[in-house]
Amino acid sequence: MAAVMRLVNRSVLGPAMGQQYVAFSSAAKAGVRAGRALPEKVKIVEVGPRDGLQNEKTIVPTETKIHLIDMLSASGLSVIEATSFVSPKWVPQMADQVEVMKGIDRKPGVSYPVLTPNLKGFQAAVKAGASEVAIFGAASELFSKKNINCSVDESLQRFDEIMRTAKEAGVPVRGYVSCVLGCPYEGMVAPEKVAHVAKRLYSMGCYEISLGDTIGVGTPGSMIKMLEAVSREVPVNALAVHCHDTYGQALANILVALQMGISVVDSSVAGLGGCPYANGASGNVATEDVVYMLHGLGIQTGVDLSKLMDAGAFICRTLNRKTSSKVAQATCKL
Amino acid sequence: MGNVPTTVKHCLSYEQLIQDYPWLTRWLLAEKTITGHEYPEFVKIVEVGPRDGLQNEKEIVPTGVKIQLIDMLSGTGLPVIEATSFVSSKWVPQMADHTDVLRGIQREPHVRYPVLTPNMQGFQDAVAAGATEVAVFGYVSCALGCPHEGHIEPSKVSQVAKRLYEMGCYEISLGDTIGVGTPGSMFKMLQSVMNEVPTNALAVHCHDTYGQALPNILTALQMGVSVVDSAVAGLGGCPYAQGSSGNVSTEDVLYMLHGMGIETGVNLTKVLEAGDFICNALRRGTNSRVAQARGRTL
Repeated sequence: MAAVMRLVNRSVLGPAMGQQYVAFSSAAKAGVRAGRALPEKVKIVEVGPRDGLQNEKTIVPTETKIHLIDMLSASGLSVIEATSFVSPKWVPQMADQVEVMKGIDRKPGVSYPVLTPNLKGFQAAVKAGASEVAIFGAASELFSKKNINCSVDESLQRFDEIMRTAKEAGVPVRGYVSCVLGCPYEGMVAPEKVAHVAKRLYSMGCYEISLGDTIGVGTPGSMIKMLEAVSREVPVNALAVHCHDTYGQALANILVALQMGISVVDSSVAGLGGCPYANGASGNVATEDVVYMLHGLGIQTGVDLSKLMDAGAFICRTLNRKTSSKVAQATCKL
Repeated sequence: MGNVPTTVKHCLSYEQLIQDYPWLTRWLLAEKTITGHEYPEFVKIVEVGPRDGLQNEKEIVPTGVKIQLIDMLSGTGLPVIEATSFVSSKWVPQMADHTDVLRGIQREPHVRYPVLTPNMQGFQDAVAAGATEVAVFGYVSCALGCPHEGHIEPSKVSQVAKRLYEMGCYEISLGDTIGVGTPGSMFKMLQSVMNEVPTNALAVHCHDTYGQALPNILTALQMGVSVVDSAVAGLGGCPYAQGSSGNVSTEDVLYMLHGMGIETGVNLTKVLEAGDFICNALRRGTNSRVAQARGRTL
């Protein structure tokens, strides 16, 4: 209605009056959009113990990992990515995968997904007690080649095996897409490519697709374009966003994703996990900062922010590093 | 729609419009929107680093450094650079050299250099020193929360904003002084203020103490605000939360705006250089994530 009013006034009335009407209806329309209904609830997927610790310089002892996960379980988070069943040759930080899985206190109602890059990893994961797994695909061919030495389509074919076995075992699978807003090698990534990979993962049987801005270069403009393309292929309630804060854009990107109907957000306690592609830069967005924004918006998360901050303080003390969370810094009484 | 006269109803029918004005379909397609949101095409950045930033830094910076910083910022395309503050040096020793700074800087022709003037004495001194624009606290502090009072009613903010506007301030900058605001409270506050003051006279001055500055600025843009205050390198910690950040970084704001296709006229690379310079002089790391990502930390 407001838009139509504007068209009439610009063409029919005099320029002076037209200006006023444009300003009014513009503001009203913008105001309505800005205040548009956001999801009532948002599910936070906590990736600190896996994505976070995997990308930290210091390797953390098994007991510390277990204690961190237990503290996170107590904070109200409903999904905590516990570890990764990749070969310790490639990722030594996750070598204690089996002990971690067996050592944590599994809180009822909380899911503890683990990464499984291949069938061997999947089998080891299930044997160690995992009841949910995650697989990775990239939206960039070069990234896929450099990371796992095969093309995107080849990587998806490899996952076919896991999907079949997981289906038989009744194990849900979450799909991750990397480089959705830019690639360290290719630069710009076409939204259609992201949509293609997301669609493949979804039709293969992944219950949720997490779209990752791996190098944090995205801004609200590119986020919206990408989500528009992907949501034409995958229902929006099966989508999640995994934003990196390397350029400080994470919360703004998450906000526009929420405005587009996304209600699952990945984040990492204390913003654990730097960016492997930009030395000294930040990586994952901090869970505390995301929760602060969501609660400020009146959105429920089920998370107790102060317990979450306790977990963050604990892991930062152990890693002997400062938190990357602004909320934690602001409330720190040092 | 019931009360609308028939002739207007006729105009409002989309099919009829398209018939009468065939160029409309083309115009509609060309309209620049990002999924229904209309963002301003141009955003004016008000750079507050040399005043708000340096005033809140622990280290006092020599006059020569201040002048060089402002001169570097003048070369970036920033349209407004808050140069200094004519408050008594008893209260704000960091700004004691206000006259020397204002006289020493090289004024770019298309750049404005407002200064703060808290009282008549300050105003007179500022004019005597060559100021051509003053910020008569057309700033509203604590617009989204107060360190002493806590929650602030949006209606209170709009009252203050309205008074300032009626008194003759051409622009009202709404400041989230302790950075506690989130897009929800920003939206409610702006809704209230926009009832009293035209949107094009409003600016937002967001602090990043809780990491909320960019989403808050984004919300303000979605509501039609097109003036944003920021500080190079995120200078100026928060005086109410030890060790926390304060002002949002100009570099990070520019990165977001340019990424969205919004023009600012500012050269991000040159701002990064100015940020490098002042962080070196202050012997501190930058607060800007963009600067950190580009490997420009100490």
